[in-house]
Amino acid sequence: MKWKNKADVVIIGGGIIGTATAYNLAKFGRKDVVVLEKGTVCGGSTGRCGAGIRAQWGTEMNCRLGLACLDIFEQLDSELGMPTGLNQGGYLLVAYSEKEFENLKKGMALQNGLGIKSRAVSLPEAREICPALDASDAVGFTYHARDGHADPFLTTFAYLEAAKRLGVSYFKNTEATGITVKGNKAVGVDTTKGHIDADAVVNCAGPYAQYVAKLGGIDIPNWGERHEALITEPVDPGVCPPMLMSFSGNYYIQQRPHGSIICGVSPEGHPQDFKLRATRQFITHMSAVLKKMLPSVKDIRVVRHWSGLYDMTPDGSPIIGETDVKNFYHSTGYSGHGFMLGPIAGRILAQRLTGNKPDIDFSTLDYRRFARGELIVEPNIT
Amino acid sequence: MPDKENCVIVCRCEEITLGQIREWIDRGCDTVDEIKRASRAGMGPCQGRGCRDIIMREISKRLGIPLDQVDAGSVRPPVKPVKIGLLAGDE
Repeated sequence: MKWKNKADVVIIGGGIIGTATAYNLAKFGRKDVVVLEKGTVCGGSTGRCGAGIRAQWGTEMNCRLGLACLDIFEQLDSELGMPTGLNQGGYLLVAYSEKEFENLKKGMALQNGLGIKSRAVSLPEAREICPALDASDAVGFTYHARDGHADPFLTTFAYLEAAKRLGVSYFKNTEATGITVKGNKAVGVDTTKGHIDADAVVNCAGPYAQYVAKLGGIDIPNWGERHEALITEPVDPGVCPPMLMSFSGNYYIQQRPHGSIICGVSPEGHPQDFKLRATRQFITHMSAVLKKMLPSVKDIRVVRHWSGLYDMTPDGSPIIGETDVKNFYHSTGYSGHGFMLGPIAGRILAQRLTGNKPDIDFSTLDYRRFARGELIVEPNIT
Repeated sequence: MPDKENCVIVCRCEEITLGQIREWIDRGCDTVDEIKRASRAGMGPCQGRGCRDIIMREISKRLGIPLDQVDAGSVRPPVKPVKIGLLAGDE
């Protein structure tokens, strides 16, 4: 594609956040949009994620964003004209102590008050929801039937193709190397393909967003945290229909509609780590967790194992909004939940950039909250 | 003839046809990894052993890129499917 010297909005990052923002900008009327991706679309955190979508959160903000995303996902195939692989088998959250179960129920009360119909379930009912489940050592479960998972690749490609149809341009293998700031306003982006003038710049660079922010002279607390995941050969559906997840147990396990089981655990100590390594420790530990949770899976084969980066912030909540440099916006720091929040994140920032009232007021997600000490700490994360 | 060719299964694990591969090349994909993400070709139990070369040849032919310059993409562990029970060992 021929390089453009000028665009209305330049988006840095071709993951779910960048493509969903681009599509929504075009949909709401700002069609002269360019997406820059330093590699290829969906090659970073989005394409490596666990693919879950849930409204069972512990902060009001995340509950509102999560519920809005379910509403969007449920009609997204027809909106974008391509499949997103949505599978609503629910999220089954597992508690291993009375205290943890109390916390899940506290979250459930918050969710119920916001219209999210999560509920506590017993072990026999949990086994009806997830037939292969053992979990005889669990204390309690909560479940929300509208939660589930979708295909991050299909969803991102669907957003990009729909955006392209509305006039958005996409440049791959194109890295942002500088942001031009004049009179405290972002007015352009330098890239490995050349310079582009812009009326607005949006940083959707995920774990690398801190470096992109710095190009415009902005400091944000953001870093990469490596997580690993694996996928099995496809087997009969019905082994693990819900997303099975535990915060203290530190695992998530789901089965895609075509039969493969995808699962992951968080790294011990949650260190900053940008290396995309796949370790022996993970594959052996994860297999042991699978065997314990779903004993019948022991003869299923693992076919692939990879790692990806959570784009972390100090409170595990995202950074959305304009910076001290005018027209330089951020939508990043989703801390491992960018795929599931992408559809609403793209929509609300695009609404703001097109002079519309955002569906959800995201002013508290401003990056200056960290300096003010107004953190929005999310308890429901692994 | 192209119609018949487009029905040929390239990735037998995920049942992806030559027509689907060509569609994604025409949408701008020029690496094996991009086509893998978009179509699932190469994501099944054999991990692209059968289809990787065919996809690379198709990218080369369709876009006029020399075959040795087509990005062959990532190969991920454990390379050969291994049973969960065996990996779990004594842990």
